[in-house]
Amino acid sequence: MSSTVPATSSYWKRNQQRLAPWLFLAPGMIMFSIYVIIPIFESIWISFYDWDGLGAKTWIGMANYVELLDDEAFYTSLKNNILWLVLYLLAVPAGLAVALFLNQTVAGIRLYKSLFFFPFVISQVVVGLIFTWFYAPDFGLLSALIKAVSGENIAILADERYVTLGIIAAGLWPQIAYCMILYLTGLNNINPEQVEAARMDGAKGWSLLWNIVLPQLGPATFIAIVVTVIGALRSFDLVSIMTDGGPYGSSRVLSFYMYEQALSEYGYRMGYGAAIAVVLFMIMMVFITLFIVRMLMQERNA
Amino acid sequence: MFPTPVQKAPAWVRHAYTIILPIALIVWLLPLIGVAITSIRPSGDLAAGNYFGMPSRFAGFENYTAVFRDSPIGWYILNSFKVTIPTVIGAVGLACLSGFALAVYKFRANLIVFFLFVAGNFIPFQILMVPVRDMTLKAGLYDSISGLVLFHVAFQTGFCTLFMRNFIKSLPFALIESARVEGVSEWRIFRYIVLPLMRPAIAALSVLVFTFIWNDYFWATVLVQGQHAMPVTAGLYSLNGQWIAAWHLVSAGSIVAAMPPVLMFFLMQKHFIAGLTLGATKG
Repeated sequence: MSSTVPATSSYWKRNQQRLAPWLFLAPGMIMFSIYVIIPIFESIWISFYDWDGLGAKTWIGMANYVELLDDEAFYTSLKNNILWLVLYLLAVPAGLAVALFLNQTVAGIRLYKSLFFFPFVISQVVVGLIFTWFYAPDFGLLSALIKAVSGENIAILADERYVTLGIIAAGLWPQIAYCMILYLTGLNNINPEQVEAARMDGAKGWSLLWNIVLPQLGPATFIAIVVTVIGALRSFDLVSIMTDGGPYGSSRVLSFYMYEQALSEYGYRMGYGAAIAVVLFMIMMVFITLFIVRMLMQERNA
Repeated sequence: MFPTPVQKAPAWVRHAYTIILPIALIVWLLPLIGVAITSIRPSGDLAAGNYFGMPSRFAGFENYTAVFRDSPIGWYILNSFKVTIPTVIGAVGLACLSGFALAVYKFRANLIVFFLFVAGNFIPFQILMVPVRDMTLKAGLYDSISGLVLFHVAFQTGFCTLFMRNFIKSLPFALIESARVEGVSEWRIFRYIVLPLMRPAIAALSVLVFTFIWNDYFWATVLVQGQHAMPVTAGLYSLNGQWIAAWHLVSAGSIVAAMPPVLMFFLMQKHFIAGLTLGATKG
């Protein structure tokens, strides 16, 4: 290519190995820095300001964070996020259970697996609308079932006691499907000889699953936990679609509360919103660090 | 194989399994089946309280026609394609380059750059919301398809790079070594040796990113305001506000909005699952 220009060619030839990776990286890194890396620091910076998004920013130091400490809505959101995190993780064992149930070779099983996976492919907006309908008092399918069983008429999404549980259940539906597919792939790749050898030794059922199968499913479990934790902390779509944070803000989560503070009719409090996002980010950082340490250990071993 | 294949189990277990399997599927998809049936119900059924019985007649044609005729959902779907397709091309293209760089070259910052991409990809979107919205406003790209595409390309590059880098690492390195000995330039190694081998990864990633972007709702609400650039997820939500209690229309609209990724999944199932489960078997 550049061999017609000897002067640059020799410099290029000498340094090609050293320069090439940066040239290949440049477009991706520039985009990623502009839209992801730099905005993280900008958000942290903005969280120390009072700012309506248009006018001048006023430095107020830690005031946004101090205000958070006294903000009841913040605690509700935080509590709901913890609930999300804990209950959402049920998707991992549930996904394993469904995968074990479907890991057979009967006629048509491939189609069954695809159809069980279906909920994950659908947008969360649609999942939210489907479950809103499913839960609707009077004519929702679930409400009708509850009424038939207990005689009570419960409006799940209008009841502060059940609303978050109802939204999490809707979120579990696609998430279980996701974990299921991870485990189905994992089960496909376990070492059949080890399983047979353990069977010869008389292991079966739970002990076979626990001692022989699960350890081999380690990588699938790791990824299932990673994606589920991220999903739980990112939960926004379902809350926004199904309840818009209500009733009386009782189903808010941090991501939703942040959005509400920064970009809705409640006022454009960019600084305060950014402070909430920073708290969410800190929580996420704990998990990101754990994931990265584990990946780093794998890189070392590789 | 675990659990024990039903073929080896007693006859009653085998029979029970073949009976339970379809029942379990119906229970699992019950909410979806309900919505599908509602979408073909005449509006009179809902008024008469027939929510769960057989629809009194098939009204699918008129419901779906009404959705397309009386609402801008067709426009929203077009917008979704306009956002999704350039994003897939952009993000996968950038990731081919950066994944190649991180997989093939040994340099000191390699792992740091790699983990920056990985970490960036896990963060909660909300930490980016205020600055990205502000930047998009200042660049005059707020409320436009290109503003949304640029952000999505940048953000998806993180995940895609992670994916591509791991894929290229699994290719035989000897190929590249021998090409270097022959004096082939680095660009040609990428273009003519590695890129052709990346086809399965490109296919898997394209299907995945298509689904992710199609289903995005958060950024569609943050970076878009008006109808002209609104993708179908945000559009469906605003339509839901207009169709209060017209569940036959909401249901039909939901099915329409869900269709493209569903079709994508069924047509490209092998690639989709290969992409999603990368790393679930090894590592």
